[in-house]
Amino acid sequence: MGLELYLDLLSSPCRAVYIFAKTNSIPFEYKEVTLMKGEQLSEDFGKVNPLKKIPALKDGDFTMSESVAILLYLAEKYKLSDHWYPANLEKRAKINEFLFWHVNVIRSLIGKDFWLKILVPTVLGRTAPAEKLEAVEQEFSAALDQFEKTFLQGKTYISGEEISVADVLSLCDLIQATCTGQNIFEERPKMAAWRRNVESHIGMELINEAQKVVLNAGSYSKDSMDSKGVEWLTARARLLLS
Amino acid sequence: MGLELYLDLMSPPCRWVYMFAKKNNIPFEHKQMVLAKGEQHSEAFAKVNQLKKVPALKDGDFTLAESTAILVYLAQKHKTADHWYPSDLQKRARVDEFLAWQHTTLTMNNGRLMMMKTMAPMLLGHPVPAEKVDAAVQELNMSLKQMEEKFLQDKTFLTGEEISLADLVAFTTAAQPLGGGPDILEGRPKLIAWRQHVEAEIGEELINEMNQVMEKAKAMLGGPVDPAMKEMMKAYLQKML
Repeated sequence: MGLELYLDLLSSPCRAVYIFAKTNSIPFEYKEVTLMKGEQLSEDFGKVNPLKKIPALKDGDFTMSESVAILLYLAEKYKLSDHWYPANLEKRAKINEFLFWHVNVIRSLIGKDFWLKILVPTVLGRTAPAEKLEAVEQEFSAALDQFEKTFLQGKTYISGEEISVADVLSLCDLIQATCTGQNIFEERPKMAAWRRNVESHIGMELINEAQKVVLNAGSYSKDSMDSKGVEWLTARARLLLS
Repeated sequence: MGLELYLDLMSPPCRWVYMFAKKNNIPFEHKQMVLAKGEQHSEAFAKVNQLKKVPALKDGDFTLAESTAILVYLAQKHKTADHWYPSDLQKRARVDEFLAWQHTTLTMNNGRLMMMKTMAPMLLGHPVPAEKVDAAVQELNMSLKQMEEKFLQDKTFLTGEEISLADLVAFTTAAQPLGGGPDILEGRPKLIAWRQHVEAEIGEELINEMNQVMEKAKAMLGGPVDPAMKEMMKAYLQKML
């Protein structure tokens, strides 16, 4: 039994793993874990990841989670081209710095934004309080400023002149933000240029394939949810608003 | 000019960088920062870390932020014993997984609770409402449960039978409180046993040294706090609460 990747393309970290594996022709079996149906909470999936989160990976008896860790594992295991995760100590450290910063700062803000603007209204039937929305938007804007000034700095890719795991991970997250009406790329030409670079390296066919689900609003409408999905989404929505 | 580590030892991520460097006899100049006095906003420090956060590292012309990135850099640059950050693919993946997981769970939840119990009353002039503290306690307990059931399981250390960066990171959060406060691991014998293993590996000498530097760092909190900094921290706290 080969590599299995447990994914739902609605989720940006899953898209990053999917795109990364596909673009590097890493053979894997796609295992769908539909978030809108609460499938990540199943007992079976719990055997793959007791934390009940996706993306998750199963490689023989070995299982793991966390998108950053998965990307690094794939890069090393399949001995991919050095630029994805360079062996050079300082280059690698800078990519690690970005990966951790991005997940801790940008991804969590994008998550909040998506929940507050889309999922909360869908499951609770009301809009999130304006102050909460504004606070997230402000923080997100400040974080994007940091992204541009501290990390991207007008380079072709985040780590320099070659694409790395950093670009794949962050682009997938940032596209999620566009689903809530954030005009990131229209308002920030340097980021738009970077996006074009990443997309042209990966190829629009794969990009479109990976993003088909999330760019279709029907994917996270009430119709796409079953009772299990509604249950966990509602609980999380309430927690977010408390 | 050698390695410089910019640290405020009141901050757990700074403590784990400090402990790792000391444990592995990595020579460094300790640049003490006091966050409560807003020192991370100085122009000089911005040259080291534009993100204005600690810990930060300066190694010649090379600068680096993010505690977990710093730990991995130090392990690899100074070729520390393999168990800290194993060269074996799957063992290393276990460590990477924990380092990625902890930030928005164990570390964040513990930080939030600490802040509610200590800094918030000091800055806001009143205790935080009980329901908020209770909710924070529950979140932390969930993280501890996950740490035990997903990561530790029946192993000696979090990612295997030898100590790694993951244990150092978790230990700082789960360490025995100074001055006898409540032990967050109370009622969790497996985690308490794990903590004892980590303490034995780190060694009494370094643990005592850490306690001493923490006492010193605490003492530096006294005295005037930059008023703009105080306002900023109040705003941050109110947002968090």
